[in-house]
Amino acid sequence: MRTRREIRARKTLRDKITYHGIGLGTAFFFLAPFVVTLLASFRPNSESGSPPLPPWPSSGVSFDAYRALDAFGAGIWQHMFNSLVVSVGTVILTVAVSVLAGYGFSRYRFPFKNVLFVLIIATLMIPFQSILTPLFIILARLGLNNSLVGLMLVYVTLQLPFSVFMMRNAFDAVPKEIEEAARIDGARDLKLLVRVLLPLVMPGIATVSIFAFLNAWNEFFAALVLLSSNDNYTLPVLMTAVRAGRLGAINWGAVQAGVAVMVVPCLFVFLLLQRYYMRGLMAGAVK
Amino acid sequence: MALVSLFFVLPVLFTVWMSLHKWPLLGAPAWIGLGNYTRMFTDARFLNTLGFTAHYTLVVTIAIFAVAFPLAIFVEKQRPLVSAYRTIIFLPVVVGLASASLLWVWLANVDSGLFSPLFQMLGLTSGRINLLAKFDTAFLTIIVMVVWKIAGFTMIILLTGLQAIPTELTEAARIDGAGRWQRFRHLTLPLMRRTMALALILSVTGSILAFDQFYIMTSGGPQNKMISVVYYIFNQSFVSFNLGYGAALSIALLVILVTLSVLQLWLLKVGDERP
Repeated sequence: MRTRREIRARKTLRDKITYHGIGLGTAFFFLAPFVVTLLASFRPNSESGSPPLPPWPSSGVSFDAYRALDAFGAGIWQHMFNSLVVSVGTVILTVAVSVLAGYGFSRYRFPFKNVLFVLIIATLMIPFQSILTPLFIILARLGLNNSLVGLMLVYVTLQLPFSVFMMRNAFDAVPKEIEEAARIDGARDLKLLVRVLLPLVMPGIATVSIFAFLNAWNEFFAALVLLSSNDNYTLPVLMTAVRAGRLGAINWGAVQAGVAVMVVPCLFVFLLLQRYYMRGLMAGAVK
Repeated sequence: MALVSLFFVLPVLFTVWMSLHKWPLLGAPAWIGLGNYTRMFTDARFLNTLGFTAHYTLVVTIAIFAVAFPLAIFVEKQRPLVSAYRTIIFLPVVVGLASASLLWVWLANVDSGLFSPLFQMLGLTSGRINLLAKFDTAFLTIIVMVVWKIAGFTMIILLTGLQAIPTELTEAARIDGAGRWQRFRHLTLPLMRRTMALALILSVTGSILAFDQFYIMTSGGPQNKMISVVYYIFNQSFVSFNLGYGAALSIALLVILVTLSVLQLWLLKVGDERP
């Protein structure tokens, strides 16, 4: 009896070790590039050109790499500011429009409602890379090329189909009775929406915001095409200039620092609001 | 409120309208009819990029599935630490493809990177090799990078499919004496057809539209062999300023993608009808 229990205990122990061994190995593979870059970005100038073996700064922590990065373009703060303006603007506009539209699609009846909704969802299938050429021309006609506002509008448009879909589902989940009760208590359209319904669909808004923020922050292709002057570059576009180097020499320290600057906010936002992100992903997957 | 929702539809409609309206922009103001389209079919470079994109899509999709499927099975059961593993594997997904490309172009650099010196130290290669200078190694580096970046995403999608399989079914199969492999082959795979199709569509369309990694990591690669379709459109439209030709190429890309999506959706439907 005792031996059998012992054998079983040993077997589960061995299973556990194999399992977590594999788990840790995989986690290491997926995590290592981030860690290596972060550590390497704090190496002083004299080390930044050499291979990251070991990756941590061996002769004292320094901010040389970040200083070098600051020397590119109009200074790193300016470019971070650009990225932040575009991302936050995209989030605010996307949320505002998708809340109104989601509410409309969920609660009101109007002609061609279903046709319109299907049309919006169908735009998900059209890749924006293939409509960028006309977009470029139209923005130029409107005088919005090479402007952060133009870029923001493009991002909002790209973000809308998914967001409207999310918000409609969020409003659909709110029971009609709550709305009717509020109506009897005298709340009217906009007040009703802001005071009563908005708190109830907060999770949906969180999901929409995260996706809008991450996509706007990370987007590269449209920014590369639409922005032409140095001062307006968002971080990813700036980094291509850094990566291209100066006079044939690439400052890898600056590249590492730039990657760190671009990556850390994403990871931070994701880890903070992981629950809502996964919800959005599931909703997209089930659809 | 209905008016408001109509008002927001406009930009989207505008986009759709533009995508339909593209081809009259051919040439500068000059009307050359279908000239751009006939040029497309005789353009050897464009056909090359098509071939390369197809090659890349095939390889990367297989690679992603080969990594993501075992991972999905690995993180399926509730165990201690499992959610930590899921989160870590998913982390690369939330950073941009541009950031990921920059990170890996540094890692793959011959002098200051990680891989070449590491391989040399481990004695795998004699001397340092420049990973990004040859087509094969550069291609391999990009594939590894993309798998690192995307596998977590595919894993989560496959995971939702795995978790949707009722445990009673697996239990019943186990009692009937089906082995682990048999259960996987005859139970898990057929039941996951929908999820797999979805993951497949996302992976294929994503790969066809690949641009960032080629632009940042290899700038078109050795002997311009690594130019994807989107990269070629970018070159034509915004480097050579053949806006009309670029637009025609975009339309071609759009047609290819929509055809593929419809085809895959149709396959998905067919899969549904069979029990």
